[in-house]
Amino acid sequence: MIAFDIGWGTTLAIKAIIVLAIVPLTALILGYVFLLKMMSHMQSRLGPMDPGGFHGWFQLIGDGVKFMQKEDIMTKEADRRVFALAPAVVVLSTFLVFVVIPAGPRLVVAPLDVGIFYALAVSSLSVIGVLMAGWASANKFALLGALRAAAQLIAYELPLVLAVVGVVIQAGTMNLQGIVGAQQNGEIFGWGGLGQPYILTQFIGFALFMIAAQAELTQPPFDMPVAESELVAGYMVEYTGFRFLFFFIGEFGTAFAFSALAATMFLGGWSVPWVHGSAADVLGPLVLFAKVMLVAFLMFWARFTYPRLREDQLQALAWKWLIPIALINILVTGVLKVAF
Amino acid sequence: MKREIKGMLTGLGVTFKTMTKPAVTVQYPHEREDPPTRARGVIALKEENCTVCMLCARQCPDWCIYIEGHKEQRPPRREGGRPRSVSVLDRFDIDYALCMYCGICVEVCPFDALFWSPEFEYSESRIADLLHDKDKLGEWMQTVPEPEPLEQGAVSK
Amino acid sequence: MTTGTELPPPGQLPEVHVDPSMLRQLAESQVNVELDTGDMILNLGPQHPATHGTLRLVVRLDGERVIAADPVIGYMHRGYEKLTEFRTYPQITTLINRIDWLSSFANEVPFISGAEMLMGIEAPPRAQYIRTALTELSRIATFLLFLGEMGLQVGAITPAFYGFRDREYVLNLIEGVTGGRFHPNFNRIGGLKDDLPWGWYSECRSTMAKVLASCDEFENLVVGNPIFEQRTRSIGIIPAELGAAYGVSGSNIRASGVDWDLRRDGKPYLPYNELDWKVWTHPDGDSFARYWVRLQETRESARMVLQLLQQMPAGPVMAKVPRIIKVPEGEVWVNTENPLGEMGYYIVSKGATGPFRVKIRSASFSNVSILPWMLRGVYVPDIITILASLYFILGDIDR
Repeated sequence: MIAFDIGWGTTLAIKAIIVLAIVPLTALILGYVFLLKMMSHMQSRLGPMDPGGFHGWFQLIGDGVKFMQKEDIMTKEADRRVFALAPAVVVLSTFLVFVVIPAGPRLVVAPLDVGIFYALAVSSLSVIGVLMAGWASANKFALLGALRAAAQLIAYELPLVLAVVGVVIQAGTMNLQGIVGAQQNGEIFGWGGLGQPYILTQFIGFALFMIAAQAELTQPPFDMPVAESELVAGYMVEYTGFRFLFFFIGEFGTAFAFSALAATMFLGGWSVPWVHGSAADVLGPLVLFAKVMLVAFLMFWARFTYPRLREDQLQALAWKWLIPIALINILVTGVLKVAF
Repeated sequence: MKREIKGMLTGLGVTFKTMTKPAVTVQYPHEREDPPTRARGVIALKEENCTVCMLCARQCPDWCIYIEGHKEQRPPRREGGRPRSVSVLDRFDIDYALCMYCGICVEVCPFDALFWSPEFEYSESRIADLLHDKDKLGEWMQTVPEPEPLEQGAVSK
Repeated sequence: MTTGTELPPPGQLPEVHVDPSMLRQLAESQVNVELDTGDMILNLGPQHPATHGTLRLVVRLDGERVIAADPVIGYMHRGYEKLTEFRTYPQITTLINRIDWLSSFANEVPFISGAEMLMGIEAPPRAQYIRTALTELSRIATFLLFLGEMGLQVGAITPAFYGFRDREYVLNLIEGVTGGRFHPNFNRIGGLKDDLPWGWYSECRSTMAKVLASCDEFENLVVGNPIFEQRTRSIGIIPAELGAAYGVSGSNIRASGVDWDLRRDGKPYLPYNELDWKVWTHPDGDSFARYWVRLQETRESARMVLQLLQQMPAGPVMAKVPRIIKVPEGEVWVNTENPLGEMGYYIVSKGATGPFRVKIRSASFSNVSILPWMLRGVYVPDIITILASLYFILGDIDR
């Protein structure tokens, strides 16, 4: 993209700054559009209207500033170092996922060949952060929340990964750019107008991925760890100020990351079938953003409508239903791929 | 299984439909919703009717009305009569920090000196300012609405 | 599913046979949780979003299962019965609005009915009809909030907003008549303070249509939701006989299959027998049944209000009463079907302007007493569901 040689150090710095800037921005956008505005309208109210003048767009930025200037409180019994590190671990895993998401044919921070494998592996680092937070808080409610979260997040890793395997089989590669390319150049029954978005063939995989992603983000109907009416923020209950801000950015950043992964694997990512080359570099981020908004809309729509499942019902859903369905999906995909 | 999926989808439909309809919020400082005529917002005092009988202060469950008065002599109505003694109101304070808005004072007043007004925007930053004195209560009289007509079948008093 | 014994016929409470094994069961469920060591003791403290106020629930947990639970009440005790000793009847009417603050009109009705019985006067028919209409409106208001907030306790955040939004219409109706949204203070000995304002009938009719539409919305959003069913079916089953032994009343006991409603079966205090309505019961006795029964009762109340408007007699709203009311000597017990359950007042009068002693029997106090028995062996999330489904108000428990 850049026509002159700028050395690997500068490239690395630029990429790091881009990721560091984009993640909070995406968290902000998702938070404002879906959490503040869409949720409000679904509940027959308006949401923030005054901050910033036009429909309260400044609300979350103002909230961020407010969190930053709060006193850093730590209870006496809390384990200081672990307590301080926990939000950092959660946010770290979010940043690392953004590294492989492609926004254009050349707009990706690191086009790894094990792209999707890396993304899923790194997103499960947040489990450690959650456990650290709950244990170090020295609070029984936090502990309950953290233990529930650990069980839930680990259980739902499996449907998440297995749902993706179907896409990988169909695309033939784990590289996210390769998956996008396979969808862009594919054909539906010989017609190449729309490419071949994998949602058409992998609709079961898409459903499984969405459900598992919902559970990975501890959003209703899977938000037992953060059950607001019981544990009041569960493992995050002792966190205030900018540490809580980290958790918030982590949650919504990861929501964006998972939506982006779903958009990339099932909807074609940044690609539109008839646009190639440099034009795709410009159009790509916008197309990806639109697809991410669509997927996130589905995720948040389910979040605001459904009550939460109890821990044991949640686990039963994962182990007894989602994993067998995912395995059948892989089997059928493999057979069809070899046959056709 | 089919019933369950249908149940999940109707739930999504309800939230989606609510999202497409306009919100019911009244954006308060910019828009206002007027309370009904009978709303118990603030109590107004018509000073010329008050005879310092102290019934309201006695019947108030919170004892939030403070009344002080004295007797004065007025000239007799006719020639050669006795001078009349009239009660004059010195102090009539209602402490709205204590007031329960129950309306017993308005109801028991035999001389119709107290009225309800639907005004409710009188919050203050100091609690002491919530003690409304005689003049302020007199000002509230301008906001007292006309009693509204009653529904059919009612017997007007 | 309730007890295996047969349910009593409509209009009767189950006979309670307390056999020795049940006594031991009741005694075992009362554990002084504080003294035991070992398993984790969790304090669902006085400040908690799930306990509807300042209820403290000390539970002993083994992982996520409850071994024993102990409700600690009294954080909101305001000394109502002592307050009534030094106040006159109109002043007490103002105060008792605040016992069950969500359906405050219904709290005044038994008290004023008791005082009227002691005086031997009867409120005119129009006043009784308006009283019934306002009581049913309070019932609708508090049940709409219940339908919303039970969804919230179970995890769905949107029904709560719908509940509050629709409750606003009903509160506007009550404010139009009485002047107060939450604390109407409208009953007087002998009738009501005032009559209905012009335009109230049409506003009431349109609001009842909105209430019925909103009940359909709740049915689609909450009752039909399989996740909600999974969370509430077979959770917190109250057997009919045990419920009657503990004094559980209102929709809770009707959800266990007992066909008992004081509006129909108790001493008549309002003209309910002139209306065409039915008592809703559900055989299961679990949290889902309690939600379902209250949903149906909301609809029934809306239909009752529409009937009342149609049959409203003309006339005065206040009987002839002396200017200074001194209730003659005597004692009376009046109990009514309040939205939370059975509420009763035992008024002892010695001929003064205020009562000598008032004993308040509140529904939530008895409803909450079943918690130690019911919470054994359930999961922590189920505690929340059960608390939500019992629907108590702290002001009603503690007075």
